[in-house]
Amino acid sequence: MARFANILQLGIKEIRSLYRDPALMLLIVYSFTLGIYLSATGEPEAPFRASVAIVDEDRSQASLRIVNAFQLPYFLPPEFIDIGQMDRGMDAGRYTFTLNIPPNFQRDLLAARQPTIQLNVDATQISQAFTGAGHIQRIISDEVADFIGAYQQSSPGRIEAVVRAEFNANLNRTWFGAINEAINQITMLSIILTGAALIREREHGTIEHLLVMPVTSFEIMLAKVWSMGLVVLLASVFALRIIVEGWLQVPLRGSQMLYLFGATLLLFATTSMGIFLGTMARSMPQLGLLIILVLIPLQILSGGMTPRESMPDLVQRIMFVAPTTHFVELAQAILFRGAGLGIVWPHLLALAIIGSVFFFGALVRLRKAQE
Amino acid sequence: MIPDKPVVQLEGVSLRYGSVHALSGLNLAIPAGSMVGLIGPDGVGKSSLMALIAGARKIQQGKVVVLGGDMAEGRHRKQVCWRIAYMPQGLGKNLYPTLTVFENLDFFGRLFGLDRRNRHSRIAELVHSTGLVGFTERPVGKLSGGMKQKLGLCCALIHDPDLLILDEPTTGVDPLSRAQFWELIGRIRGKRPGMSVLVATAYMEEARSFDWLVVMNEGQVLNTGSPHDLLAATESATLEEAFIRLLPKTKRRRHRDFKITPRQPDANIAIEAHGLTKRFGDFVAVDHADFRIERGEIFGFLGSNGCGKTTTMKMLTGLLSASEGKALLFDKPVDPRDIATRRRVGYMSQGFSLYTELTLRQNLELHAHLFHLPKAERSLRVREMLDRFDLTAVADKLPTALPLGVRQRLSLAVAVIHRPELLILDEPTSGVDPIARDDFWLLLGQISRGERVTIFISTHFMNEAMRCDRIALMHAGRVLATDTPAGLLASRGLPTLEATFMAYLKEASKIDEAEPEKPTTTSLKPHPSTRSGGLTVSLRRLFSYTHRETLELRRDPIRATLALLGSLILMFIMGYGINMDVEHLTYAVLDRDQTTTSQAYTLNLTGSRYFTEKFPLTDYTDVQQRLRSGDISLAVEIPPGFGRDLKRGNVPKVAYWVDGSMPVRADTIKGYVEGIHAETVARLSESAGTSSPVEIAIRYRYNPDVRSLPAMAPAMIPLLLMLIPAMLTALGIVREKELGSIINLYVTPVSRLEFLLGKQLPYIMLAMINFATLVTFAVLAFGVPVKGSLLTLSLGALLYVACSTGMGLLMSSVLHSQIAAIFGTAIATLVPAIQFSGLLSPVSALQGGAAVIGHIYPTSHFLIISRGVFSKALSLGDLTPYFLALLITIPVLTLFSVLGLRKQER
Repeated sequence: MARFANILQLGIKEIRSLYRDPALMLLIVYSFTLGIYLSATGEPEAPFRASVAIVDEDRSQASLRIVNAFQLPYFLPPEFIDIGQMDRGMDAGRYTFTLNIPPNFQRDLLAARQPTIQLNVDATQISQAFTGAGHIQRIISDEVADFIGAYQQSSPGRIEAVVRAEFNANLNRTWFGAINEAINQITMLSIILTGAALIREREHGTIEHLLVMPVTSFEIMLAKVWSMGLVVLLASVFALRIIVEGWLQVPLRGSQMLYLFGATLLLFATTSMGIFLGTMARSMPQLGLLIILVLIPLQILSGGMTPRESMPDLVQRIMFVAPTTHFVELAQAILFRGAGLGIVWPHLLALAIIGSVFFFGALVRLRKAQE
Repeated sequence: MIPDKPVVQLEGVSLRYGSVHALSGLNLAIPAGSMVGLIGPDGVGKSSLMALIAGARKIQQGKVVVLGGDMAEGRHRKQVCWRIAYMPQGLGKNLYPTLTVFENLDFFGRLFGLDRRNRHSRIAELVHSTGLVGFTERPVGKLSGGMKQKLGLCCALIHDPDLLILDEPTTGVDPLSRAQFWELIGRIRGKRPGMSVLVATAYMEEARSFDWLVVMNEGQVLNTGSPHDLLAATESATLEEAFIRLLPKTKRRRHRDFKITPRQPDANIAIEAHGLTKRFGDFVAVDHADFRIERGEIFGFLGSNGCGKTTTMKMLTGLLSASEGKALLFDKPVDPRDIATRRRVGYMSQGFSLYTELTLRQNLELHAHLFHLPKAERSLRVREMLDRFDLTAVADKLPTALPLGVRQRLSLAVAVIHRPELLILDEPTSGVDPIARDDFWLLLGQISRGERVTIFISTHFMNEAMRCDRIALMHAGRVLATDTPAGLLASRGLPTLEATFMAYLKEASKIDEAEPEKPTTTSLKPHPSTRSGGLTVSLRRLFSYTHRETLELRRDPIRATLALLGSLILMFIMGYGINMDVEHLTYAVLDRDQTTTSQAYTLNLTGSRYFTEKFPLTDYTDVQQRLRSGDISLAVEIPPGFGRDLKRGNVPKVAYWVDGSMPVRADTIKGYVEGIHAETVARLSESAGTSSPVEIAIRYRYNPDVRSLPAMAPAMIPLLLMLIPAMLTALGIVREKELGSIINLYVTPVSRLEFLLGKQLPYIMLAMINFATLVTFAVLAFGVPVKGSLLTLSLGALLYVACSTGMGLLMSSVLHSQIAAIFGTAIATLVPAIQFSGLLSPVSALQGGAAVIGHIYPTSHFLIISRGVFSKALSLGDLTPYFLALLITIPVLTLFSVLGLRKQER
């Protein structure tokens, strides 16, 4: 009972401290509103908007047909250039793809002499290089086939592939981007708030003051975990309901309660991580650096930016101990695929375990620092 | 200087903090060339007045004329700050704790433009005359409170000021050091008679020797005159008395002379120490201390600064563990895990250690809760404490807005709120005015005699020590003597405790016999002036900040190591980790045809390196179920009659379901499926005798194998060089704001631009080292060669890290707390650098606000430079627009930082 009261009071103190820092409050509001909005809508709505330049040396009906097939939203309107501009444009990064349609293309095509179209891909833009090249290949084949088809009888042996996307039929990137950014903000804020709260107590000498009172390290820690966790949880509920569902109009499936339960477990893990980092750092500048070094991989490698399957085994294994990895999968499963507890329980369990490890790790370090 | 003209003239000066009036319509003329004391109770505006005179605080109302000019004018402030020295209140508030004594002095010397020879001779002189000579290589953070004060004075004196402003310089300083301190000031004044000194003090004995006194109350001047005049005017024998008589009746009401009643002996022992010893490395802080304190006793600790009083107290509270010997509290060994004992003890540490973000009332309430006062009693007790310590009027204010004395009273109130049986008080009355001190002792007497509370107290006030039942004299970690005050006086046969204490000290230490050396050879004559005022940027001042920042960075090698090593590790993990080449995608087939043709069709999918097949699907619900659970990312349905339709030329439709919950992956899958389907169809038709009408020759340029690594390594460098340098500088300024040393920007000649650039330089250097290691790592470990000119790349990097460090500084100058700065920097760098700068999707593809940010953000430009030089061998000429963009960003960031930073406190 006494413990509970201490934890409650110390937590209230944390929330009051937060309230005294209007700039910080403003930043929190930004990150859970505009921050999410910007990043969710910034990602190109359509998959590509790739920049294309075409050197059309044939200027025939057939080549025009191919040129006209490059349309928004997949491609920005193609630029017509001459062969000399091609290399310079690619060097400067102006075009990701350039297409060279040779002279006499149409004539060769109709004579079945199999003309060659050259497709140059800027392979440093790896996000577009792969899928874009495949896409352009298909466009050319389709257009050429249609063009020839208009002149010749359709050949046998054709199969049509009907590709449908489940759960997000238009592959609208805002949906995914919004949730992913919300997860990023939750992680970032909870780690910073708890870690910095601990260092601040140390730098201002207040932790020493607490330690001579009938208060244990466990209570001090749990107070920070619940109070900062609660603040971030409320912010994320707001973000989910008002920003993601309301403003960005993302249709969410599944049980939001289950999602929020998962978010609570994530917060337990990340706030504990924050305190753990706080016990490692000796000063605020060290903590800031530690936090950024932890946040970068959490944001990039948790499966929110690039698919987890494609990461090397080693990276997958390292990131398996990151709470965000599990939460990203859990959030996708619940909110987009409508999965229930029966499906996501392994992720919930993983979050609880990771959280406990960090929590007790931090507790041990905090106690040690005290002696 | 014309002697008859006042050095400081104030007319109708008012100052408010929110609703609190610190000064109201104050008029005062301070004579030049004399020693002027500012006395008055806590919180009457003494510190505010001094800050206004020093130019540290912005004038709100009225006129402040200092050294013949208006302090509201920036130009005048800039001219006279050379001639003013200001030492703010608080122990070493304007010093840098990680730097040594010498380095601190050296920094101030550089700031005021002294050349090396002058600096060194000045420093030698100052440390000699203040007795700091043996400690020049010790970090300031490890000095005792009194030594910090001495160093603060040395730093103030380094540039030979004409006006010296000292805000409670001797608070918390032991009697011996205090005597040395005033001797030093006296000597300096002897050499430079023109110098004016303005001192606020709580010690009336000190004020007595001043030339002229200003008595203040509630933001106004009550009286002025020489100590003699004041004594005569109030018909008092001592200044302390005169001070009390000058106050309005309402303030005096509470005050009365009192004696603490004699104590009845008690057989119970509250504290017992046997051979208590604490060592820090080879430094012995406490050396076999023995004492025994009875229950209900008031036990005083008297000793010079740094003699081990605080360490002893910390060992008793369990904050520090003893290296040797033992300490007993209520007959039990001190155990840091013993919660029950903590409840019986109240502790007040030397510095203010309560929550500055909570109001006074909230602080008291928090402690009432934490000590589990019964609910009914809680609010009553809080009210009682507020009343008893005269805090009711300021109960809902934040401690930061209040003077030291009031904060000390709050600390005391917190220490006694739970009615402890034992109070451990570490210099509780330092900086508290005489009336409040008497009130406090009255209270101590009451709880000691009435409630039999044991009190263990350390103090520098002799009259307080005389009130103790017994006192222990401590020096250099050892307890020299323990007795009643009367007994100690008798033992040496001296009239005062101060003299007795000094006698003991001299006896105990041979060092003190050497006495602080009187400077004989070098004289304190004004140094050749290097005052290059005006508005130009002084490189010397700029570099003084660079030098200091570099030293701080070097003192904290963990940070630099973390930055360098951390970025290498991240580059390694992420270079491999970010991979657009999606593999191991899981799929399953729902084959409703089950003919050889249908199996032939799926063969290509099975053979693809991108896909991994899972066991076949049985029906539509299975499709839904397994997509939902994430078991498969792709489901393929082959319709019944597929083989038959194909032969008849009926164009059968194969259905693919892609998990769209992650659009990036879904797009990739779609691309693969389309490719494989086209291939399959071609293969099937080839067997039917036709070939593809057109050939498409794909050339992947710059990165022929479309491997992620050669594409990612040049992209990781810009990312890491934004995030890490920005975070390194993010706390640079805000930390000074939070810990107090920002005051040096307010009162020294350094300009905001010099301050900012000076701080930025060392981090640019560190970031360039970081750049070099990252490039080396990319070339050697990743085997990604730099195809273009390394020089071009380095030049780009230099401009770029100037932007990224500038970004951190901008956050630091605009925001006011370290937490906000960390969070703000994370927001301002992580998302724009990772998402909006073309790392994954090109900037041209972005939309809305993200596109706007992407186009101006420095990472976008350097990413193009880095990729251009690394993979495309582009030259400086090809990349000119991007270099220009970076070149423009640097001054813009600096300009905003300068605007966000204030040269005066508001």
